[in-house]
Amino acid sequence: MTIHDHPDSPAGRDPAATGARKNLDLGKVRERLAGRSGKLFWRSLEEVAETPAFTEMIHREFPQLASEWSDDPDGVSRRRFLQLMSASVALGGLTACTRQPLEKIVPWVEQPEQIVPGLPLYYATAMELDGYAAPLLAESHMGRPTKIEGNPDHPASGGATDLFAQASVLDLYDPDRHQTVTELGRIRTWGALAARVSEQLAARESSGGLGLRVLTGPVTSPTVLRLIRTVLDEQGPRARWHQYSPLRSSAAVRAVRAVYGGDYVARFDLSKADRIVALDADLLTLGPAAVRYARQFAQRRRARAEGSDLNRLYAFETTPTSTGSIADHREAMSTAELSHLTAELAEAVRGGSASDPRVRAVAADLSAHRGRSLVVAGDQTPEAVQLLAHAINEELGNVGQTVLLGQADEGELVAGAESIAELVSDIDAGTVDMILILDGNPVFDAPADLELAAALQKIPQCIYLGSHDNETAQYCHWNLPLAHYLESWGDGLTLDGTATLTQPLIEPLYGGRTAAEVLSLFTAAGGRGGDTLLKETWRVRLDGDFETAWRRCLHDGLVAGTGRPVAAPVFDAESVARALEQIRSAPTADLELSFRPDPTILDGRFANNGWLQECPKPFTKLTWDNALLVSPARAEALGLDHEQLVELTVDGRALEVPVWIHPGQAEGTVTLHLGYGRTRAGRVGTGTGFAASRLRTTRHEWSAPVELRPTAGRYALASTQLHGNIETDRFQGDNLEGRTAEARHLIREATLEQFERQPDFPHHGGHGLDESLTLMPGYDYSDGHAWGMSVDLGSCTSCNACVIACQSENNIPVVGKDEVAKGREMHWIRIDRYYQGDLEDPDVHHQPVMCMHCEQAPCEVVCPVAATVHSDEGLNDMVYNRCVGTRYCANNCPYKVRRFNFFKYSDTETESLKMQRNPDVTVRTRGVMEKCSYCVQRISKARIEARKEDRRVLDGEVQTACQQACPTEAIVFGDLNDLESRVAKRKAEPHDYGILTELGTRPRTSYLAKVTNPNPGWPGTSGGTTEKGHHG
Amino acid sequence: MADLSPDGRMGKPPVLAPGHTPATVTDHISAIVLRQTPRWWWVAFGISFLVMQLLLVGIAYLVFEGVGIWGVNNPVGWGFAIINFVWWIGIGHAGTLISAILLLLRQEWRTSINRFAEAMTLFAVACAGVFPLIHVGRPWLAYWLLPYPNTMGLWPNFRSPLIWDVFAVSTYATVSALFWYVGLIPDLATLRDRSRRRWKKIVYGFASMGWRGHAAHWHNYEVAYLLLAGLATPLVVSVHTVVSFDFAVGQIAGWHATIFPPYFVAGAVFAGFAMVLTLAIPLREAFGLKDFITLRHIQNMAKIMLTTGLIVGYGYLVEIFLAFYSGNQYEEFMILNRIQGPYKIHWWALLLCNVLAPQLIWVRRVRNSPWLVFLVAMFVNVGMWLERFVIVVTSLSRDFLPSSWGTYSGTRWDWAIYVGTIGLFLSLLFLFVRFLPMISIFEMRTILPEAKDVHKKTGKAQG
Repeated sequence: MTIHDHPDSPAGRDPAATGARKNLDLGKVRERLAGRSGKLFWRSLEEVAETPAFTEMIHREFPQLASEWSDDPDGVSRRRFLQLMSASVALGGLTACTRQPLEKIVPWVEQPEQIVPGLPLYYATAMELDGYAAPLLAESHMGRPTKIEGNPDHPASGGATDLFAQASVLDLYDPDRHQTVTELGRIRTWGALAARVSEQLAARESSGGLGLRVLTGPVTSPTVLRLIRTVLDEQGPRARWHQYSPLRSSAAVRAVRAVYGGDYVARFDLSKADRIVALDADLLTLGPAAVRYARQFAQRRRARAEGSDLNRLYAFETTPTSTGSIADHREAMSTAELSHLTAELAEAVRGGSASDPRVRAVAADLSAHRGRSLVVAGDQTPEAVQLLAHAINEELGNVGQTVLLGQADEGELVAGAESIAELVSDIDAGTVDMILILDGNPVFDAPADLELAAALQKIPQCIYLGSHDNETAQYCHWNLPLAHYLESWGDGLTLDGTATLTQPLIEPLYGGRTAAEVLSLFTAAGGRGGDTLLKETWRVRLDGDFETAWRRCLHDGLVAGTGRPVAAPVFDAESVARALEQIRSAPTADLELSFRPDPTILDGRFANNGWLQECPKPFTKLTWDNALLVSPARAEALGLDHEQLVELTVDGRALEVPVWIHPGQAEGTVTLHLGYGRTRAGRVGTGTGFAASRLRTTRHEWSAPVELRPTAGRYALASTQLHGNIETDRFQGDNLEGRTAEARHLIREATLEQFERQPDFPHHGGHGLDESLTLMPGYDYSDGHAWGMSVDLGSCTSCNACVIACQSENNIPVVGKDEVAKGREMHWIRIDRYYQGDLEDPDVHHQPVMCMHCEQAPCEVVCPVAATVHSDEGLNDMVYNRCVGTRYCANNCPYKVRRFNFFKYSDTETESLKMQRNPDVTVRTRGVMEKCSYCVQRISKARIEARKEDRRVLDGEVQTACQQACPTEAIVFGDLNDLESRVAKRKAEPHDYGILTELGTRPRTSYLAKVTNPNPGWPGTSGGTTEKGHHG
Repeated sequence: MADLSPDGRMGKPPVLAPGHTPATVTDHISAIVLRQTPRWWWVAFGISFLVMQLLLVGIAYLVFEGVGIWGVNNPVGWGFAIINFVWWIGIGHAGTLISAILLLLRQEWRTSINRFAEAMTLFAVACAGVFPLIHVGRPWLAYWLLPYPNTMGLWPNFRSPLIWDVFAVSTYATVSALFWYVGLIPDLATLRDRSRRRWKKIVYGFASMGWRGHAAHWHNYEVAYLLLAGLATPLVVSVHTVVSFDFAVGQIAGWHATIFPPYFVAGAVFAGFAMVLTLAIPLREAFGLKDFITLRHIQNMAKIMLTTGLIVGYGYLVEIFLAFYSGNQYEEFMILNRIQGPYKIHWWALLLCNVLAPQLIWVRRVRNSPWLVFLVAMFVNVGMWLERFVIVVTSLSRDFLPSSWGTYSGTRWDWAIYVGTIGLFLSLLFLFVRFLPMISIFEMRTILPEAKDVHKKTGKAQG
């Protein structure tokens, strides 16, 4: 094995920056070390070498140590080396701050390039999620990544992210991560693993190669793909590659193969789509391109006084999704009903007749927008439905316009459990000698009928590279710590095929390695570092001077010019008839159980992330658990109550789960989210929720006929909205919350037609208060800034990215399920959910609520110690260290946005978590009130910069964390004094309104009323207006 | 024995049982303090003292862990602590009203109950005073509510009703203590003179501040007492008015009402008289004081309880009426939510306790039966606690934004601290009845028939 080059330091965002390499004079040492393993130490050295103090120390101390090591070839000396090195590194860490200089004090004249204490640096990087890359910008404070943003230069992000990317920084510091290489629980080194692997590979070379299996998730990384190919090529025919992802669907792959005869990836251009039909597809919040789709979609949802170009979205779905909640028409239906509706729609767009008036309306609307419409079927729908969706798009001429097809790369698509099922049968056949599992948690999430845990025990050698000691790890001989993406070099594709690069911001905290690095141990060339492997891949693919081009790519976070070419495969029209026949002959169950990825912890990979566990799920606002979502009608028929335990039986497999009565759920379907019921997730995730994966089988990938039997047991769930108020609704009537919200004009909504007739509709009906009536003198902001915020209700999908972004930016603690159940969650921004109308198929409204920063703030008056005060820029400032905690302010806040530290919620003990904290924001102690500050630390930073340059803060210079993360740009923040600012323009819109303004609070945060674009020809509507149009 | 009632109607029980002379009055009352401690006192005091430990343990744990041990949460930021605070402060009001206002109104029947009513005031204020201190998130910084000069030049926010509370309650505690103590001085001198043991003589001697019954002493005493009565009189109205501002200044529906000050003051007097009755009826039984605390006292206090109870009931009615008359939907919702929401049981129980139960007082037979009056008073004690619960909790639990609605219930620590303050109150009360004359000896002498016959001043000088 060779010692690789020490990795390049990550390329900073500062274009003026030159190489931040340190000149380690290690040539001699490298010679001596040649041929030995010891990579780990060198990586540690590199970490050390980042500061001059360390560099000096290494110059002084290293040669002796290295020579001692090379003189003595056996393992004892290597251990000795480790001891000495770790001691010197540890001491180096100690002395870096307080060490006594030997001769004279030398000030830190030459500080490390780019680093200004107190100012963060941003690096473009990318997170891999289910194979695809999410392009990101990571904020680093003195070498600690603290906050994740979207990469604004990347077409797939535009600066926004989803909640998973926002929360991923917490995973980096998760103290439960695998901290070392182990073999059967004993601590080993990477070198020992490398030795074992090469020994095994060599031993089997004569006997036709090792029965090596590599199990991965979906792969788009060119480097990983290249290494897997190399390993397979070198190992010969007995080595094979298997893939599994609990999030992928075999139906999706089969449907594309059926219509196009090959593996293609469809991506959509929602900016061109005037009419969109979502068939059980949550395309705005789930999937690799959801952030981009959400932005494109929202840009077509802006109703403006000067004219609007609104799209129209129809959603037909089994369980409420975020996408369905902002649709103009949403209908709940079981999978069988959905299939029939799709079949009718397919026939109707081809000129056939349809019995369902809804289908007729949709078909007419689609036919009027040929080439500018889009039909999307969710991956979880049956193959026939997806097939027909492709067919309808073909029929409407959407392919090539709103639907762009591209050839799928090898490894990109995973057809559900097909591949892992082959693996299990091979194991049973005894042809597997060694398995290398790269990430994932198949023992937990693979189909239950595969009995993977039992199968793994039959393999002589299981090697698992994973982040945690999880369900899979316990069945593997070797457990290798996986490097977090913020510790990794890597690459990957976004859905549009753009190559996106991952660069590390920090050395691996626990010596973890990437999948590519581990794969390289299995190649003839031997183990290499991630940067070497990455450059090997890209050196041959980049034109011109490599180093220059490479720097550019790292800086931008992407390789410009890459992208999936648009393909135009031939459409097999005959497949449609088969699909229609399939639908007609499909058996229907009285009740189907549908599995869905969890909206906050996905398939369980984020189960040990406290932020995501505590993030209230859209609609149910549940935290820390999943529950069986049952429609009100079905619950009534079965006599089910909230939190009642029921026993589900699928193919003889039983599971007890609590019920959550879910308005908008299809009557024939119950939904259970994946990802919960982890038994070895870590101290956060273990024991939360119920394991849907135990009911999932290869036959029933996404839905299964189910038997439901009520039991007498109960299980308490923690929801942030309607805390245990369910029973009281019995005598106050259904949906008291929603009716009250309506009466209080919290959500104001109109159809496009109503809006055009009366753009200022939110202000009719006596809302608001004449501001001249107040006795209190106003504040004068004329010569400064006046910060304000506008939230567009029409485009909020309740995706929760803002909630996690705020938590990450503002050091908001996690309180745990018990405290949430008591109503003590700490989120500074919450997304209120209100139901309107029919309980079975209600309209759902999402309303993000953060501190309103009232001009006449009720909290300010009542605080006895003046701990919450008005700033000269109109902010309602919270002075933590003055707060004694009377909670009077929270009581008097009509928006209930204040959060109190009833206990010491902030974890200040766990060492690794300390590094995550944003150093610009105080970590609050027990007994102190807190709330949204409009990210005052970001305002201050921009103000300081502006004053240094003697100018005003420019519009867009300050973005609040929630605004920055928001995929739909629903949140806009800025200076109200700047009439050209985005926020001022939004607030000048006629349908801008504030909530509870009749109280005289004069909130700085206002809302843009929701404007929908329903189909005038929809059954049940007359005269082109809908009943629900509300303008008080 | 002549009927001393102002209206002179016949058939009313006397204020003082017939047959007493100044000597018997003095003997009887001072003997309670000077005789051997009865065994039952040790038992009663011991139990109270043990109950008080709940308070101490509760506070210790609270300071250690944080207010999260209570049931307070996000919509309901105030809970038992504030409810108990208002409840105790309200109870205190009867003492001040009896000693100050009834003194100025020359209601002579007050004489036999004012001493322990005042003591009750002090102890109730002591119990109340615990809560504002411990209910804050960082109790060790509670002193920041005081306007003291500091290097940072920071003052409290004088716009906040909590600051007004600090002044109102501290003034109230000070004046009540002074008033009570000044009233005690002549009796302390009596005890000093009658004590056999030397240490008792010394202690009572110190406390009586050299009282010798000199005419100049009496003169100074009368002036001081009258001044303090004058000072205390506005406090009866002002303290609970300011306490009501904690709610009325807030803008939560159910708090934000102009009727709150009078309604709170009436409620306070109502609760206070209920508590005086709760204490007086068992005490007169236990110490054989039926001659001094007669049925007349009980009837009068019951009548005041009934009157203030009616005012409180009127307050409830006005709240309901105004909610609908105002056309304000938040107010309307608040009332409907009280009546049929998650805390409807509390609301209906409060009506039963505070409005229905006191109506029994209209019945003469009830008025004539101390133990029935005691029962009604117990209802009122509970009812007034429920009233504060309804005001604090139901209003907060469902306010403006339905998304933020929540529920509240007290935890075991809430109850421990509440019950603990009752223990503190009873402990102080038992100490008081053991070591100080619970009825004003010298004032009782002024209502003797012979004091009526001669000049009042000479009656006092006979000490």
